Amino acid sequence: MMLYSLLALAYAFLYLPIVVMIVFSFNASNLVTVWGGFSTKWYGELLHDQKVLDAAWLSLKVAMTSATLSTVLGTLAAVALVRFHRFTGRTLFTGMVTAPLVMPEVITGLALLLLFVAMEHAFGWPAGRSMTTIVIAHTTFSLSFVTVVVRSRLAQMDASLEEAAMDLGARPLRVFMTITLPLIMPALLAGWLLAFTLSIDDVVISAFVSGPGATPLPIVIFSKVRLGVNPEINALATIVVALVGIAMAIAGRVALGREQSRRV
Amino acid sequence: MASPAPRFPWTDPNAAPLIRFEGVSKRFGDFVAVERVDLAIHRGEFFSLLGASGCGKTTLLRMLAGFETPSDGKIFIDGIDMTAIPPYERPVNMMFQSYALFPHMTVAGNIAFGLKQNSLPKPVIADKVKAVLDMVQMGKFADRKPHQLSGGQRQRVALARCLVKEPKVLLLDEPLAALDKKLREQTQLELVNIQDRIGITFVMVTHDQGEAMTMSSRIGVMNAGVIQQVGTPVEIYEYPGSRFVADFIGAANMFEGTVTVDLPDHVTTTCPELEHDLTIAHGDPVTVGTPVTVMVRPEKMAISRDKPAEGLNWAKGSIADIAYLGDVSTYHVLLASGRKVQVLQTNLRHTNEQPLTWEDEVHLGWHPANALVLTR
Repeated sequence: MMLYSLLALAYAFLYLPIVVMIVFSFNASNLVTVWGGFSTKWYGELLHDQKVLDAAWLSLKVAMTSATLSTVLGTLAAVALVRFHRFTGRTLFTGMVTAPLVMPEVITGLALLLLFVAMEHAFGWPAGRSMTTIVIAHTTFSLSFVTVVVRSRLAQMDASLEEAAMDLGARPLRVFMTITLPLIMPALLAGWLLAFTLSIDDVVISAFVSGPGATPLPIVIFSKVRLGVNPEINALATIVVALVGIAMAIAGRVALGREQSRRV
Repeated sequence: MASPAPRFPWTDPNAAPLIRFEGVSKRFGDFVAVERVDLAIHRGEFFSLLGASGCGKTTLLRMLAGFETPSDGKIFIDGIDMTAIPPYERPVNMMFQSYALFPHMTVAGNIAFGLKQNSLPKPVIADKVKAVLDMVQMGKFADRKPHQLSGGQRQRVALARCLVKEPKVLLLDEPLAALDKKLREQTQLELVNIQDRIGITFVMVTHDQGEAMTMSSRIGVMNAGVIQQVGTPVEIYEYPGSRFVADFIGAANMFEGTVTVDLPDHVTTTCPELEHDLTIAHGDPVTVGTPVTVMVRPEKMAISRDKPAEGLNWAKGSIADIAYLGDVSTYHVLLASGRKVQVLQTNLRHTNEQPLTWEDEVHLGWHPANALVLTR
């Protein structure tokens, strides 16, 4: 009994705000805090809000692109850090790749903005703030997360598997494609999903590197809230929560499933 | 059918060895893993590198496979310098201690992997996979994944995966360490039979001297990166070249002493721990006054209540401990000098009328030919 009341308290603390938000997204009333009966009208209204739809579509494109880019780059970094034992500065690089995890986002965002402006001055690219700058910025910070996830998987993997493949006549690239990659694929998927969720809900860095022509969804929500919360935002937020929840559930399933078949 | 390989190719001075290590050293930073190893291994041999963990035997094997590059020296296989040749182009295959089966492939997929690298046509690959699986009696398990197999079955698949490549040399890194005792003994003989049948040269790394003695044509005993002695199991056991080898292989009673008489067919030594001088008919060349170690194997000594016949070496003591193992018993005999000596005796009869027991006064006797003088 004691256990369950403690659990209830902790989980109420974690999830009550979200539950309230979800419940009020089905509120018929125009006022956010007054219950006016059940309705899905705000979801309908959302579908006609072109600004929100554009922003959602942009966020989705940015999240997919930056997740893919950071998975490719992060995997390469992880392979270099784990498989090449002795090179100058390995310790330094290992530390440096994880530093962005703890770097305040405001600083990362500001630094990126300054870089983009300086680059635009120097060689005219990137022209203004656009989807490109958001993708680059999101890739920058997601990369570290992917590297950490893939690196731990690689470190656990029996290195003699790769040696055995090489011993059986496979060249290094073939070894990577046929042995290493399939075996670390769960980590790649988990890293991709992590990068995707990080990107789709990022506000701080996006605030620095997005521009009038390209505003991702979290920024749109944030600016709408500043004009006063309306139940449409609750509906939008509920959809985002659902999407993130599904993504995390898939990531969990993938990691768990592979874990069982990997035990040899 | 090729003519069978000569039984003892290493005794033929004109035979060209299949594998040659020439002054091979390997350093990791300040640590010397392998130091100036010269070694020749012949076609058809079952050669074992035997030593405690960290003695450099695995590093030596990994240099042969191409996973490590020698810091100094050269390695030749079939007369070709292997130094600059990567693992995937060497005519050797390695069976890993962990077996290193690819967990995401079936048994057949694992075995076909090496053949696919040679771009063989699919039907040829399928035939070869089937043939080798039948040879290791794993034909029924072709579609299983490695995690669905027992330890012994995995070991067979790992072996098959190497053999199907028909290498000039098969390297085995502690191939039986993961198996339980009974299966290990059975597999030892199986491996030897397979090697006999296909005639591929095997080089095995092991820390288990019983395994090395059972399976090998020759053994290289390693310690601290250096090969201490190379010889047949009999040579290594009966005529160890150094105190280290004598002590490492089997049990040995060793007495420190000094040479007092040096004749062509035997020497006489005085040992402070023994009351009587010893006569020894084998061992390193020595001169009078040389400090030596006299080694006698426990089973080469006889134990009895009566004084041994004239002409034998002997010592007197009392039984301090008896380890009865059924087939044999080991007696620990305490000499007057306080030195303990191990004697091994076969229990030939069901019961002895007056069995030796604790505290009994006994005589130990051994023939001069059954002792060895060591100077290193």
